[in-house]
Amino acid sequence: MKSWPVYVLAFWLCAVVVAAAFDLAPDAIRLEAILHGPGPAAWLGNDDLGRNILSRILAGAQVSMTVAVLVTVITLSFGVTVGLIAGYFGGWVDRLLMQVTDVFLAFPGILLAIAFAAVLGPGLNNLILALCLTSWVGYARLTRAQALSLRGRQHVQAAESLGAGTPRIMLRHMLPLLAAPLVVEATYSIAGLVIAEASLSFLGLGIQAPQASWGSMLRDGVRYMLVAPHYVLAVGLSLMSLVLAVNVLGDKLRDALDVRR
Amino acid sequence: MLKRLFGVVPVVFGVLLLTFLLVHLVPGDPVEVMLGESASSADRSQLRAELGLDKSLPLQFVNYLSRLAQGDFGNSIHSREPVSAMLAERLPATIRLALLALVIAIAIGLPLGIIAALRANRWPDRIATLTSLTFSAMPHFWLGPLLMMVFALWLGWLPVSGMESSASIVLPALTLGFGLSAILTRMTRASLLEVLNEDFVRTARAKGLQEHQVILGHALRAALLPVVTILGLQLGGLLAGTVITETVFGWDGIGRLLVESIEKRDYPVTQACVLVIALIYVLVNLCTDLLYTQLDPRVRYSR
Repeated sequence: MKSWPVYVLAFWLCAVVVAAAFDLAPDAIRLEAILHGPGPAAWLGNDDLGRNILSRILAGAQVSMTVAVLVTVITLSFGVTVGLIAGYFGGWVDRLLMQVTDVFLAFPGILLAIAFAAVLGPGLNNLILALCLTSWVGYARLTRAQALSLRGRQHVQAAESLGAGTPRIMLRHMLPLLAAPLVVEATYSIAGLVIAEASLSFLGLGIQAPQASWGSMLRDGVRYMLVAPHYVLAVGLSLMSLVLAVNVLGDKLRDALDVRR
Repeated sequence: MLKRLFGVVPVVFGVLLLTFLLVHLVPGDPVEVMLGESASSADRSQLRAELGLDKSLPLQFVNYLSRLAQGDFGNSIHSREPVSAMLAERLPATIRLALLALVIAIAIGLPLGIIAALRANRWPDRIATLTSLTFSAMPHFWLGPLLMMVFALWLGWLPVSGMESSASIVLPALTLGFGLSAILTRMTRASLLEVLNEDFVRTARAKGLQEHQVILGHALRAALLPVVTILGLQLGGLLAGTVITETVFGWDGIGRLLVESIEKRDYPVTQACVLVIALIYVLVNLCTDLLYTQLDPRVRYSR
């Protein structure tokens, strides 16, 4: 029982593989099964167009996790680069870059992503772009704070006096020591991005019909909540289980790697 | 303290610049996107002139700033109404909602966090931690419908949505409040646990004070200081959360205005909503920081 987040995550990863490997026909419309409850034909019931909710949840998981992992990889690389440059060089470079991150942090939560998605227009690519534009800031701040203290360490100074180039110092002598807090931060951010993708799709700014997304499914589910509560419950519980598992995994990683937030 | 005050100036400038640039991020011609393809070229050039889009970018920004300084947010493209009037109409509802949510969050999160810390690693702590973990994994667009389903549709105790009755505020405020209370519980627990190991708590116990005096009079005072700062930052999540929550419950605040304006491609309104929410957030954080320096004697005397 101790490692239940791992099992839940493994389940969702399998789900993504299954959804990718087999054609579960998430978009197949069956008008005779509109808003049918769970049964042997469809384990989680059917939605407002008679589509199989389970198939759509699996397809939605695929979208959700692809977006979360992709955005994390892109923003982690960018944020760490910015943070290393600011922390290592210091001076006006640092002040300028931190001023920029301050401006991004002045927009609370998902607001800036909503604003970017609103002007860029809906769709998967713009959704990813909007999330990338707003998610790199945390990594930059974290890396910069750590890099500032690492710069004065003896092994970094030794490498400098031996004539190592700046990229080599950053990548070989500083980055390995930054890895632990970054891994923890990235884990939490995956959970955050799953929620962010669903939020934007819920508002109609993300994934567009007929492609399945947990956010847009929740929006449709709310509409039919009175007659078909199984719809919104199935999607909501799926989202919650994934986010909860990733967050608990983050807590465990933080304790194991002894990172203070 | 003055340094902190002046530190806000470049941030506010950056926020203004970024919200100004938002409209220019629209792929293609913003005027065409707003008016649709069927609009006549006369209409287009009129709107372009009205928005000042025919001028150079730096000049547009200067005009934008000078109009904002006079409280002029432009006009809605959809209803032709001044945006400032729309904001003034919607903002009080959002502030009411956010304040009630804050009260709910403190009323739940603070006691839960204190109990969890005092009974660390025993069953009250386990329950409190599990509750807060669960709530933090429930985004507003899932918790909101769930509360709506149970309390409005099944039990029929509260109105489903809208703002006709005074009870309408309860469900959206609970939705926002529960999410924030989860964070507050974890922060209070961690902060109090740390303080309980400090020397001054041992001293308080050693001089024979009652346990509740030690906790309430000594430990809690010190433990709540970091909580206040982080609470200021978390209010941002609350403000951003109003966008979704107001949409779910049909609450006519600034968050719903933002979503409506996005659907209608009414960019001046979108721009103004984003700007106002961000400025409120910056102001709240500034106030929290100033309050913190007043509350903490260590910070106050070190200056």
